[in-house]
Amino acid sequence: MSEAPMRPRNTSAATTERPAVRALLIALALAFLALFLILPVVVVFAEALRKGVGAYLATFHDPDALAAIRLTLTVVVIAVPLNMLFGIAAAWAIAKFEFRGKSLLITLIDLPFSISPVVSGLIYVLLFGAQGYFGPWLKAHGIEIIFALPGIVLATMFVTFPFVARELIPLMEEQGNADEEAALTLGASGLRAFLTVTLPNIRWGLLYGVLLCNARAMGEFGAVAVVSGHVRGFTNTMPLHVEILYNEYNFAAAFAMASLLTLLALVTLVAKTLLEMHYGEALARTPRV
Amino acid sequence: MRIRTVDVAKEFGRTGALRGVSLTIESGELIALLGPSGSGKTTLLRVIAGLEAPTAGRVFFGDEDATSVPVQQRRIGFVFQNYALFKTMSVADNVAYGLRVLPRADRPPGAEIAKRVRHLLDFVQLSGLERRFPRQLSGGQQQRVALARALAVDPRVLLLDEPFGALDAKVRKDLRRWLRELHEQTGHTTVFVTHDQEEALELADRVAILNAGKLEQVGTPDEVYDRPASAFVMSFVGDTSSIPVEVVDGRLLYAGQPFRADVTGTCGGGGRLYVRPKDVVIGAPETGLLLGTVVNAHRTATGRRAQISLVGGTAPIIEAEVGLSQKLLPGERVGLRFIRSRAFPADAGS
Repeated sequence: MSEAPMRPRNTSAATTERPAVRALLIALALAFLALFLILPVVVVFAEALRKGVGAYLATFHDPDALAAIRLTLTVVVIAVPLNMLFGIAAAWAIAKFEFRGKSLLITLIDLPFSISPVVSGLIYVLLFGAQGYFGPWLKAHGIEIIFALPGIVLATMFVTFPFVARELIPLMEEQGNADEEAALTLGASGLRAFLTVTLPNIRWGLLYGVLLCNARAMGEFGAVAVVSGHVRGFTNTMPLHVEILYNEYNFAAAFAMASLLTLLALVTLVAKTLLEMHYGEALARTPRV
Repeated sequence: MRIRTVDVAKEFGRTGALRGVSLTIESGELIALLGPSGSGKTTLLRVIAGLEAPTAGRVFFGDEDATSVPVQQRRIGFVFQNYALFKTMSVADNVAYGLRVLPRADRPPGAEIAKRVRHLLDFVQLSGLERRFPRQLSGGQQQRVALARALAVDPRVLLLDEPFGALDAKVRKDLRRWLRELHEQTGHTTVFVTHDQEEALELADRVAILNAGKLEQVGTPDEVYDRPASAFVMSFVGDTSSIPVEVVDGRLLYAGQPFRADVTGTCGGGGRLYVRPKDVVIGAPETGLLLGTVVNAHRTATGRRAQISLVGGTAPIIEAEVGLSQKLLPGERVGLRFIRSRAFPADAGS
């Protein structure tokens, strides 16, 4: 009995496809990417610059546009650091301690992700609005929350709360308590241990979470739209301003403002990529959820 | 520093609780806390360190009641099971940590710290690795960095949690010898936790054996091996086989049949008889001996280890060490004689 000689049909690894299949798959992926991701970005900039650079820049001389930019930056400067603190606190509590209702807390942290932003905006209106539960009391004491900066900050914070906590919980859970305990046995105070051991251990995850939080805080539309009241020059953030301009058929100005938001998004993306390139190893150890 | 725990109890709801542990650790002693997992040995170590507060009882450092002294002020050196080196710091910064966090008044100047770090790294044979990061070191090297870091604060007692647990067998042996030498050079009072009885017997001056949160016996390796205080100690320290026995009219019975054996200890009317493989002699199946059937006999480093299934009862397996010259075939009928064995009351077993 003679056996047919085994001829190697394919010399490459078992998980590698044939060149034609590979080319097709790559082309499909690229086409999809171009259509849904790259094209919109290009269109935004093309539309914004349609009337030339001069006209593009002129739209930013508009006091309402400047006010919108200023408001968005103000909101971000307040909301992101606060969410960073709350995120660290929540992640710390969940990762390092055992307590009743822990899984409930984890679920609650995810709530802003699963709830429609419009609903979260409405909750604040219901609580602090003129007809809301605390409305009359707030009015009597001259405190404005809805249709003012505090309401916008609150809505933004609610929507962006999970980013930092979500990033840190798995990281801190994986790292456990041993490093902190080691610092304590060596004589460090709790605060000292936190600053010199815990914080450095989570720094890249924290930065990553803050970047994502920041990007979302700048771009948030739904929740902010409900609580802002769209008062031009006062309570209009950049995304809201884009909508107003668009509805007024002022496309060049709408796209100019949109291009600025897109630019901010691109900067975030580049910063994130740089972070991954330089500290890829440290970040890769962070399990993603 | 002499350390005493007095009636220390710790309740968790989980495993690893402690129930009234009183242990005195003499100054300069190297002592092992030995026990199976969940026996409370690590909890006891953490209570001594101040990482856990006992629910009852007291901890003394010398004459000072340290029970409520926070961990930072106990001046202990703790080496964690997975070393817990600070990942974002270099080896030198890790070792210097305990000195840098000292209050300003006690903190040595920078040059002095650098000198101490160099000296310590030299001492643990890691000179030249000052600028490496923990992830760039082997397990054995990390272990020694952790030790240098713990020694930097000139601790009153050195506490090690499963110090060799994460290392492979060869490195383990070397480090064990090295730790013994280090202990002899520095004279630090040292407590280490292990589940490995061989490690405990080889390394420690005395061994404290814990089981289910209670101290079973404290003694030198010879004492715990040759004169175990309980059935648990007997079976946990070294290999043992055991059979249920009865005592009727001063005669020892197994499965209703009398047999001859050299026994120490008493078990009242009945209990269990424990024997080590080296104390079992295999011969011809004479009357008056325990009878059994050879199950198998496999080669060990120095001889053969035979498994004998006893005739009668639940046919328990007795392990015996036999010389290379003694040929045993599976299925062969043999007689067993215990030249040394210990009896313990039944309810105290395991």
